Amino acid sequence: MSDLASVQGAAAVEMSGVNKWFGSFHVLREIDLTVKRGERIVICGPSGSGKSTLIRCINRLEEHQQGRIVVDGVELTSDLRSIDAIRADVGMVFQQFNLFPHLTILENCTLAQIWVRRRPKAEAEEIAMKYLTRVRIPEQANKYPAQLSGGQQQRVAIARALCMNPKIMLFDEPTSALDPEMIKEVLDTIRGLAEDGMTMLIVTHEMSFARQVADRIIFMDEGQIIEINRPEEFFAHPKHERTKRFLSQILD
Amino acid sequence: MSAAFVREQTLAPRPAPFAATGVKAWVGQRLFATPRDIAMTMIGFAAFVLLAMPLIRFLFLDAVWQGENRDACAHVLTGACWPFVAAKFNQFIYGFYPADQLWRPNIVFALGAILLVPLAVPSAPWKRLNAFLFLVVYPVASFVLLTGGNLDAEHFILGYFIRIEDHVDLVWHGMRAAFWLDYAFSSLVLSLAVALIGWLFGTPLSTSLKVMVGLFALLALVIAPADADFGLSWVETREWGGLLVTLVVAVTGIVAALPIGILLALGRRSEMPLVRWASVAFIEFWRGVPLITVLFFATYMLPLFLPGGANIERLVRALIGVALFSGAYMAEVVRGGLAAVPKGQYESAAALGLGYWQTMLLIVLPQALTNVIPGIVNNFIGLFKDTTLVQIVAILDLLGQIRSAFSDPNWASPTTLYTGFAFAGAIYFAFCFAMSRYSLFLERRAGASQLRMEANRT
Repeated sequence: MSDLASVQGAAAVEMSGVNKWFGSFHVLREIDLTVKRGERIVICGPSGSGKSTLIRCINRLEEHQQGRIVVDGVELTSDLRSIDAIRADVGMVFQQFNLFPHLTILENCTLAQIWVRRRPKAEAEEIAMKYLTRVRIPEQANKYPAQLSGGQQQRVAIARALCMNPKIMLFDEPTSALDPEMIKEVLDTIRGLAEDGMTMLIVTHEMSFARQVADRIIFMDEGQIIEINRPEEFFAHPKHERTKRFLSQILD
Repeated sequence: MSAAFVREQTLAPRPAPFAATGVKAWVGQRLFATPRDIAMTMIGFAAFVLLAMPLIRFLFLDAVWQGENRDACAHVLTGACWPFVAAKFNQFIYGFYPADQLWRPNIVFALGAILLVPLAVPSAPWKRLNAFLFLVVYPVASFVLLTGGNLDAEHFILGYFIRIEDHVDLVWHGMRAAFWLDYAFSSLVLSLAVALIGWLFGTPLSTSLKVMVGLFALLALVIAPADADFGLSWVETREWGGLLVTLVVAVTGIVAALPIGILLALGRRSEMPLVRWASVAFIEFWRGVPLITVLFFATYMLPLFLPGGANIERLVRALIGVALFSGAYMAEVVRGGLAAVPKGQYESAAALGLGYWQTMLLIVLPQALTNVIPGIVNNFIGLFKDTTLVQIVAILDLLGQIRSAFSDPNWASPTTLYTGFAFAGAIYFAFCFAMSRYSLFLERRAGASQLRMEANRT
């Protein structure tokens, strides 16, 4: 765990006794998880294990039905204002990028700044260019998403989220829809963020990446957290039988 | 030979085959390439001549171009009687609008064209100002010009309970002080009431008050010019007719249909059951009833249901009927466009903290509406032609005026009827074809970013 996190102490995300059902399907079961500020969490597990649903509950793209979720000191209830406040502070990057196809790259990055953060257009554009430079594609600012490669689009999506100055970043399988050649450029961008101390929850199947950036790795199966461990322990000495089987299937 | 292969040179790109261009190559390849092609070409050409020649003869070659009355056309059996159209031209365009006041509809026509053309050209500047002028200022100006304005409004709300005019009988440029005092007081009371209700549900008082007072102030800006006396004589709508009525009904319907349709489509997809059911009921009701029934009901039966004295003008009733009817159809087109916007767009908008209306207006609707441009314009074209149904309630639009002119014994000739319908057909075709071409242009423009992508990749 980084020093920064232990100094600040307070939790970025606190989930206790969280349950959720899709119809009669119990997708999240008794989730207890505390993420400290500045902590990097990687969540892995087989498909359908509830890992995407878990991080989508943090910014209320999915509604939990039982338990408590507190994000940055604000409890998630159905109060719309608390949801908007949390969403503006929690950045999210999706598997399918979800850029706005009718807007240019620059407009993609300034829209929420102008309408949610109420920043003047010039300031919003300045901030957008700063983050586009950071993800190394400032020269694409006036193109449309369809003109960019998948890796470039995903980096724009990261820049778009960063423009809102989020306190927490959620990544939902950010490289799963990418051609193999483009995975590295996106992972490098996320790694850069991690080095700057951003609080992050990352759902991914990239195990070597997880080993490098994660403070803790969470393994989920059938809607439950099976194991939480530091990366070196997680890979070298997985405790749970299910974790061992999963690792043996995905590593060579 | 081993199975391994390593390329040592990059192949140079070659031009694509069959690059023959030019008129001669095109004709050769498309029309006369094989005996079968030649036969098809000849048959097609013959069919064209057979069908087109009688039309050209009727419209131009055999047509009568000059004359004062039926004598000029009486002997012609296969040609159009154009002097009939010339003689009745004003009736076809303006109906029975007073002859000395025709400058008023003329200004409305000219103003409409002047405002619409730059609005339709994407590269023209000042789009917002232009849209404001066309959608807000133009309708009010048209209303004042066409009717004469000077509504002499007496009561707003309070006036129905207290006789303010007994105490205040000041009139300034056609505007009664009694009405405007009533308006100011009533709107203030209404705003306060709404703000209080909102406050009970957690909306800050000042926010609601600002919004409500702003709305009433805007409404006042619309009512004031209609109420004021500009010295124009009052022209009743029963005197309007011809193309003027066709355009008034069609433009009102078209301009009203889109916002009504968008609201209904969003309502139908709402998560609030009451809003959803109300939208579904509204849409299904209006789609389930023929337009003729709607117009009939609005004209002849609505007055029986309204409380005594509350009488809405005949043309206005038809306009409201057409607007709601076309709005319901538009709602289903827009709904199709909304359904085509991927869920991820809503999610990423939500993840950025955008609210419902921001998401809809900035993210979803721009994409949804571009997707359904052909459907929207299809509705507009259908509506434009459906306006002719207002004849059923004795409003004589372009077609109605033309038909009523047939009964003029002065112009009874073998081809008067055909000439009139040819004229009507030409006008309807011009408007509908223009809309169709413009929609194609918009579609190409919307797809242009896709094309730019291809160009930039290479």
